[in-house]
Amino acid sequence: MPGKIRIPRSTSSPLTSSNYKKDKKPETWNLKTLISAWLSMVQKKITLIIFCAFILVVLSSCEKKGKGEGKQVTSESKPPAYGDIFVDSSIGDASNLIPILSSDSASHDIASLIYNGLVKYDKNLNMVGDLAESWQVSPNGLVITFKLRKGVTWHDGKPFTARDCLFTYQVIVDPKTPTPYSEDFRQIKKVMVIDDYTLQVSYGKPFAPALASWGMTMLPCHLLEGKDITRSPLSRHPIGTGPYRFKEWITGEKIVLEANPGYFEGRPYLNRYIYRVIPDSATLFLELKSKNIDRMGLTPIQYMRQTEFQEIKSNFKKYRYLSFSYTYLAYNLLNPLFKDKRVRQAISYAIDKQEIIDGVLLGLGRIATGPYKPDTWQYNLNVRTYPYDPKRAKKLLSEAGWSDKNGDGIIEREGKNFQFTITTNQGNDVRAKCAEIIQRRLKETGIDVKIRIVEWATFIKEFINKRKFEAVILGWSILQEPDLYDVWHSSKSKPDELNFISYKNLEVDEVLEKGRRTFNQDERKRYYDRFQEILAEEQPYTFLFVPDALPIISARFRGIEPAPAGINYNFNQWYVPKDEQKYVVE
Amino acid sequence: MFAYLVKRLILMIPLFFGITLISFIVMHLAPGSPTDLQTQMNPKVSVEAIQRLRAFYGLDKPVHVQYLIWLKRLVKLDFGNSFSPDNRKVVDKISERIPITIIINLLSLFLILLVAIPIGVLSATHKNSLFDKFTTVFVFIGFAMPTFWLALLLMILFGVQLGWLPISGLKSLGYMPSSYLLIFLDRVKHLILPVLLSAFGGLAGFSRYVRSNMLEVIQQDYIKTARAKGLPERQVVYHHALRNALLPVITILGLSVPGLIGGSVIFETIFAIPGMGQLFYGSVMARDYPVIMGILVIGAFLTLLGNLVADISYSLADPRIRNN
Repeated sequence: MPGKIRIPRSTSSPLTSSNYKKDKKPETWNLKTLISAWLSMVQKKITLIIFCAFILVVLSSCEKKGKGEGKQVTSESKPPAYGDIFVDSSIGDASNLIPILSSDSASHDIASLIYNGLVKYDKNLNMVGDLAESWQVSPNGLVITFKLRKGVTWHDGKPFTARDCLFTYQVIVDPKTPTPYSEDFRQIKKVMVIDDYTLQVSYGKPFAPALASWGMTMLPCHLLEGKDITRSPLSRHPIGTGPYRFKEWITGEKIVLEANPGYFEGRPYLNRYIYRVIPDSATLFLELKSKNIDRMGLTPIQYMRQTEFQEIKSNFKKYRYLSFSYTYLAYNLLNPLFKDKRVRQAISYAIDKQEIIDGVLLGLGRIATGPYKPDTWQYNLNVRTYPYDPKRAKKLLSEAGWSDKNGDGIIEREGKNFQFTITTNQGNDVRAKCAEIIQRRLKETGIDVKIRIVEWATFIKEFINKRKFEAVILGWSILQEPDLYDVWHSSKSKPDELNFISYKNLEVDEVLEKGRRTFNQDERKRYYDRFQEILAEEQPYTFLFVPDALPIISARFRGIEPAPAGINYNFNQWYVPKDEQKYVVE
Repeated sequence: MFAYLVKRLILMIPLFFGITLISFIVMHLAPGSPTDLQTQMNPKVSVEAIQRLRAFYGLDKPVHVQYLIWLKRLVKLDFGNSFSPDNRKVVDKISERIPITIIINLLSLFLILLVAIPIGVLSATHKNSLFDKFTTVFVFIGFAMPTFWLALLLMILFGVQLGWLPISGLKSLGYMPSSYLLIFLDRVKHLILPVLLSAFGGLAGFSRYVRSNMLEVIQQDYIKTARAKGLPERQVVYHHALRNALLPVITILGLSVPGLIGGSVIFETIFAIPGMGQLFYGSVMARDYPVIMGILVIGAFLTLLGNLVADISYSLADPRIRNN
């Protein structure tokens, strides 16, 4: 959940590929007889089948009337009240509720309500204390001292102390713990418990992302110490310090949490939180229409068209804000085609990004100019942009030696046509559509583009990791912490590493290194501004867009205030006025 | 008979291990590995962390060693632990999902038999009648129609518009059942659509099978004899003909035993039922080797068992086979 420290997860990065396929027909008996019988009959009966299907469609497209109408959303001024249940929905179940062991968004969504970190981001993405009351970074940037909140208890009643933080650190860096998140913590030289409420962490070198890494959820030492964490019952029955306590988990069905009356920020208003697993997005939408769930994330078409009628409007409220991700077209810089930066700039000019947003996202997104989210402090407003300008694209290409001499509509250099393939992963419709729009625009510029769509695992193993691609369309999640060393530093271009385009710029290397070595935000901003200027100038990616997040939430919930952090940052403060409460909990 | 049984059972052993070996190899040939979901394209995951994860799951060893380790466990009836982040026992993951899948499959199989046998018999005895034609169209609609689409239409009709049936899931939310009867009724309501739909898709196969068998049997000499004896038509059809026509059904039932634990991904996804289909699909997508192998082993075992049981009961039911 945004609002807490967002731990990067592969599911919200390019891996949005797990669409369920509906092409499998259950095996039936004796296919041979069936097929032959069917073939002989099909011509006569097919009209009837179509007719029956038609009736069903007509039946189901008559909107249900008379129910729920006339009930308008009333004013926001009703006082907060305790009670009611929030029924959230997701297409995937959680995997492990000890967050350091899981990387899926479902597990982290739930965990963010059950656990706390030492620090978190507030609504405007500023770092504030969570379990830590305050912290101090030593002048040389090597030691961070956290003052912890007093009087915080675990859900089982035991007090939370600095011992728990020390333990969390130890278990993350333990080589026997199968966690993907150990890297930031391995920079630590020493963690010391000064007293129950003071924790001192020393680093070998100043390391700015360190502070954000302490947003990692703290684990209860008294329940885990000396035990094998991979076998711990806490992964199915978590115990944390957060606003909600774990109640029940039925695999593949639902997870139920209930309000923690002793929460240190005060008891949350909503009595209960139910996380329902509904794997099919069409079913999800039907459940929403029948008001059985209180929230879902909409697709652009659902947002613009399918929720625009009275029944939905009077029972739900839609929200729209920038999501923490962006989509880009990346070039393999080892390929001679893309070595020249003028060529990459030309392609960026030739692509109409607004057209992609309008066509694919129905306008629900914003043009990306770099790897950061536009409403954050690290975002640089004044970088070079590439508005749609085919003339300029052609000019840049001819400067680089590419022009159409034989008049076949494709530009060439030294007798070789400008031709490349855009590869992207299967199951992500948005990316496939982007590729098609780009293909058309580049054709107008004289570049011949082919599109190839490959299953995710193969895509990564055979194309990305082996650098056997020309250009790819992918997405990154955007983290609140601006350090992008792992994606852009030239040392990170070995196999399996994330600088898969093999980008190498000494100045970028330098500002990225400096940026992670100081805690001073103004200084960091200068480094990351420069970083964005260079990327904008060099266009190793053509940054396409930042899509909008489009949640829809039952109108009875109040206190929801979209901010740069999204909407979940103040979930504790959401409430339902007494007279609108739907569920009664004992 | 006993010697035959022993021979069959002994032959099953190498077959069984052959199946597991091939499954294991094919599974490892597919690109991707269990750690990918956690680590791929994730800026916070270092190469060392990936290697540590691989070592934790034993994926750094050669495939044949991994197979032997897995086999050693299997002999002790231990399916191991899942490679997904929850790291739970494969047995637990399967056993929490298997009951609902079996219930739905049994109910729908029962429903199929209940409807398909009468349809098959009647359309054979009334060949080319209006009834025959109508049921033929009906069962083939069920066979040909994309089930997910029909499911959605019925959900819109009964769930959203009429509000008679729940749309998805197995239990009502926020529902405080006051008696076992109400709990039971709630369950039944949730199961109506999934069971009806999966039965609808399976009607065609069975009813056509019964019909063609019946047609064949009706032309046999002994049916003529029965009629010549002056038996009432009812008794000829239901006593003499049907019994013989249903013999091959035993084979089909035997073959459908492994199908009982194999849930359909489509139904389970659409109706949000946490069954075996979703588990298997999810494990394949995540390359969760132990879970995939666990399900395959159970499936292989049930297939072999189903075949054996079908053969045995066939010989019990049919004296011609028994005497050979």
